[in-house]
Amino acid sequence: MPEAIAYELAKKQKEISVAEFFERNKHILGFGNPTRALITSVKEGVDNALDACEESGILPDIYVEVRNPTEEECVVIVEDNGPGIIKQQIPHIFARLLYGSRFHAVRQSRGQQGIGISAVVLYGQLTTGKHAKVISKIQDDQPAVLTELAIDTNKNRGEVQHQEIMHWDKPSGTRIEVSLNADYKRGKRFVYDYLQSTSIVNPHARIVFKEADGTEHVFERTADILPKKSEEIRPHPYGVELGTLIKMSKETKARKLASFLKTDFSSMGDRTADAVCDEAKLDRNLNPADMSREQFLLLHQAFKKVKIMAPPTECLSPIGETLIRRSLKSETQEISPEFIFTASRPASVFSGNPFKVEVGIVYGGNLPKDKPVKILRFANRIPLLYQQGDCAITTAIASIDWRRYGLDQPSGNGIPIGPAIFLTHIASTQIPYTSESKEAIADVEEIENEIKLAFREVARKVQMHINKKVKRVKTREKFDLITKILPEIAKKSAHMLNKPIPSLDKVITRIMDIVWIEDVVEYEKVRGKQVQVKLDAPPGQSEGGWIAKSTIMVVNYKNKPQKFNLYAVFPKDAVVGTVTPKPTKVTDTYIKWSIDNIAPINKVDIRFELAGLNKGDFDENDLYVQNINPSYVIGADKWEGE
Amino acid sequence: MGGRVRMARDYSNVIDKIDAIAAKVYADLEKAEIPALQLSTRTKANIKFDDDLNVWKYGKNKTERSANSLDGAYMLLRTMYLVDFIKDMIKQSKSSTLRETYYISEGWNLAKFSSQNESDMLAEDLEVITGCMREDFKLRPEEDGARVIGNLVVEEMTRNNTKKKIHCQDDVGDAGYGIPYNAEKEKLTFKQADADFIIAIETGGMFDRLVENGFDTDSRAILVHLKGQPARSTRRFIKRLSEEKKLPVLVFTDCDPWSFRIYGSVAYGAIKTAHISEYLATPAAQYLGVTPSDIVNYKLPTDTLTTEDIGALKSELTDPRFQDQFWKQEIKLQLSLGKKSEQQALAKYGLDYVTDTYLPEKLAEMGVSKK
Repeated sequence: MPEAIAYELAKKQKEISVAEFFERNKHILGFGNPTRALITSVKEGVDNALDACEESGILPDIYVEVRNPTEEECVVIVEDNGPGIIKQQIPHIFARLLYGSRFHAVRQSRGQQGIGISAVVLYGQLTTGKHAKVISKIQDDQPAVLTELAIDTNKNRGEVQHQEIMHWDKPSGTRIEVSLNADYKRGKRFVYDYLQSTSIVNPHARIVFKEADGTEHVFERTADILPKKSEEIRPHPYGVELGTLIKMSKETKARKLASFLKTDFSSMGDRTADAVCDEAKLDRNLNPADMSREQFLLLHQAFKKVKIMAPPTECLSPIGETLIRRSLKSETQEISPEFIFTASRPASVFSGNPFKVEVGIVYGGNLPKDKPVKILRFANRIPLLYQQGDCAITTAIASIDWRRYGLDQPSGNGIPIGPAIFLTHIASTQIPYTSESKEAIADVEEIENEIKLAFREVARKVQMHINKKVKRVKTREKFDLITKILPEIAKKSAHMLNKPIPSLDKVITRIMDIVWIEDVVEYEKVRGKQVQVKLDAPPGQSEGGWIAKSTIMVVNYKNKPQKFNLYAVFPKDAVVGTVTPKPTKVTDTYIKWSIDNIAPINKVDIRFELAGLNKGDFDENDLYVQNINPSYVIGADKWEGE
Repeated sequence: MGGRVRMARDYSNVIDKIDAIAAKVYADLEKAEIPALQLSTRTKANIKFDDDLNVWKYGKNKTERSANSLDGAYMLLRTMYLVDFIKDMIKQSKSSTLRETYYISEGWNLAKFSSQNESDMLAEDLEVITGCMREDFKLRPEEDGARVIGNLVVEEMTRNNTKKKIHCQDDVGDAGYGIPYNAEKEKLTFKQADADFIIAIETGGMFDRLVENGFDTDSRAILVHLKGQPARSTRRFIKRLSEEKKLPVLVFTDCDPWSFRIYGSVAYGAIKTAHISEYLATPAAQYLGVTPSDIVNYKLPTDTLTTEDIGALKSELTDPRFQDQFWKQEIKLQLSLGKKSEQQALAKYGLDYVTDTYLPEKLAEMGVSKK
């Protein structure tokens, strides 16, 4: 009898279809309510489209449309200019859950979100009974294929309901159309926010969003280069779980424990592999396939005890300071912010996973002064829209005392109040989310620290900018004084005494008693000839570009000649052109001049050109001085070394 | 005595002093120094009692008006324009009111004053720097002095250069004799005064009450209306009358910190005009009331002290002029009462109470009358 029950149960277990699985887990999968369902659908479609384009080296042009035929139904359309999908693959990609899961290599990818586009197709089918339509074209000289798809929920298989050949103007691309039960009225704002945010962290993408009433929003592309491809790396021993370790041992081709460690993990050389085996008291010649669970446990414990080199970090694909700035600038045009600053931390590691934090601050303009700052969170170029309060990014921001940087923060912690937007992007091979819904980053100490350091760095830039501005305003008053008022005083007193007007130069240096540095950055469009670039399209692809021309005027308003070093820091992504006068040093981030003996009331003009930047990427010089008391200098800060 | 004609006055001394200001600024520029002018600091902290003159004068602290700051430079430029303007007026035998001077500066471009207060202050600064009086600069105040009623004959040089005697009871209406803005001997002399004391009154209402009640004749008093903070000419008039005719001066005001300051400027000299205290202050002037003790003794109707009132009282506690026992006690009493009162609150006991009861009692207490 007991056997019979077990069989009975087994039968039932078998019958749990993907549909049931989906129904039970739909809140985790992002379909918990009709508003979320709409956003998740757009999100999965757009992620898929971006991945497809990037993987084949195409700058993404993405079209998103949401129609709203009835109150409860939406039609979500996502179209890309990617490589297209061959006919036979279409049912697998769009109508099979958990298809194509990766092996144990790890890499930074969007794909950690949800369970993919097939979940959207399934949700649509379950809620509306309608089939998804996919159009795909793989080559310009071939026709497009239209496929209507259903999912057989018992077999977890895609079923082609209808397929036909059609004409499509695009050279190649994919378009998916899914009808689903969704709340358009509530969801549409989030769709907009999501697409805008996506555009900020994907500056290489152009996204068009058409609302149900026909309104079109265009999020322009601001960079013509694809992000560096993230590379796959093998798991690092510090981050691997026991189960994964055992699974890897079953799949490895290595026949000996030592070579298993060296070939299937990153950062393992001969010496480290031997050290791990010794620590675990395991023979390095053991065949991994024959090892017991206990032996793996010893191995796993040994990993933690041996000092292993950090995993390689070049595998990450950050957005970069210049591009973050450019995106923020483009998306905040209507706000006309006073300034945008960005900071990027060197890559770091938590539990064997490399990660990198990039942040940006947009300040001023029409942003509300009496509201908490707006926090934009991103992980691997994916916007995180929900659970802001539970996220390590929020915790890190709240733990900084922002009052020092001119923002309100009633008790010295918490989200500051002021006219600002804070952006944080975390790139990692493994984003530690708080839960399966993947909306908030867990409080991993290393990550939180890096976020804090990044924000401190950018806040320092903000503070320097503000200090410089205050100093300049004060000094401008003195300019009024020496250029307008003092000559009048001289004239009037001379007139009363019937004497000639005295020379004012020396008095002026006494009153000013500073070295004044003023700068301006202008852009010049260059056509027809090649401009050197690091960042945008590689040479040969584009002709012409922008040249940033920076002019720095140094005036000695002190009563003695001045001699000092001046540094101009510029974005790493720029290429230095003509520099006058001759600099003493040029590196990939700064130019150094020795300013020799400027006589009182005299000035020196300094010019340099930068290529490879877009107009506006660099609009304020970042100047430093050395070998002079920095308090004498207006317009540059103390050089603290590289 | 008196009869000097305005036109004939010798201003060369004034011109020298004015030129010296321009010369100082010019010399600074020539020496490549930041131009600056020094003058006595005109604050409460820098007034000292002058034992010889028996009044409060500025102490040793100096303030520098220097072109090192934007405000200082503006102030120097305005000074240059103002002294040049004064020099022109002297040359052309013209004079102007302080208000006119303020409006004249409309044409001075950068040197334009932003308020009349600024131009008035600068005129005072010039007095402090040069030791001249603003009359020397051909600048005169807007307001005339206040009113006088009493058994007093004055002789005034009129605008047609004739002398006219005026009896301050018989020759005047209820408004009394108006003190001219120039109360110097060349303009005004006291011929005859048949009275026992001068009583200087803060408010017009109380002045009129004493006139209507015939206090000037009944009590042989010369009544002077102060019109709030008294003009220079009013203070000069009181000082000269008191000293030349040997009459005691009693100051009768409301009971609040601002009224105590009115008394201070009559008796000790004002902080703003401490450079000419010896011309304006009457050191023998006594404070009659209303005192904070009167509030208690006469059970007067009161108002609550405002924050500003309390601040002003506390400031008076550190004012060197109010450091005697009487003032310390009275100010502390008022602070503890938390109340203030007005002269006219005495009407609580009837319209005649002030002349029939309050003043006779106070005068007797102070030993001025025999009653």
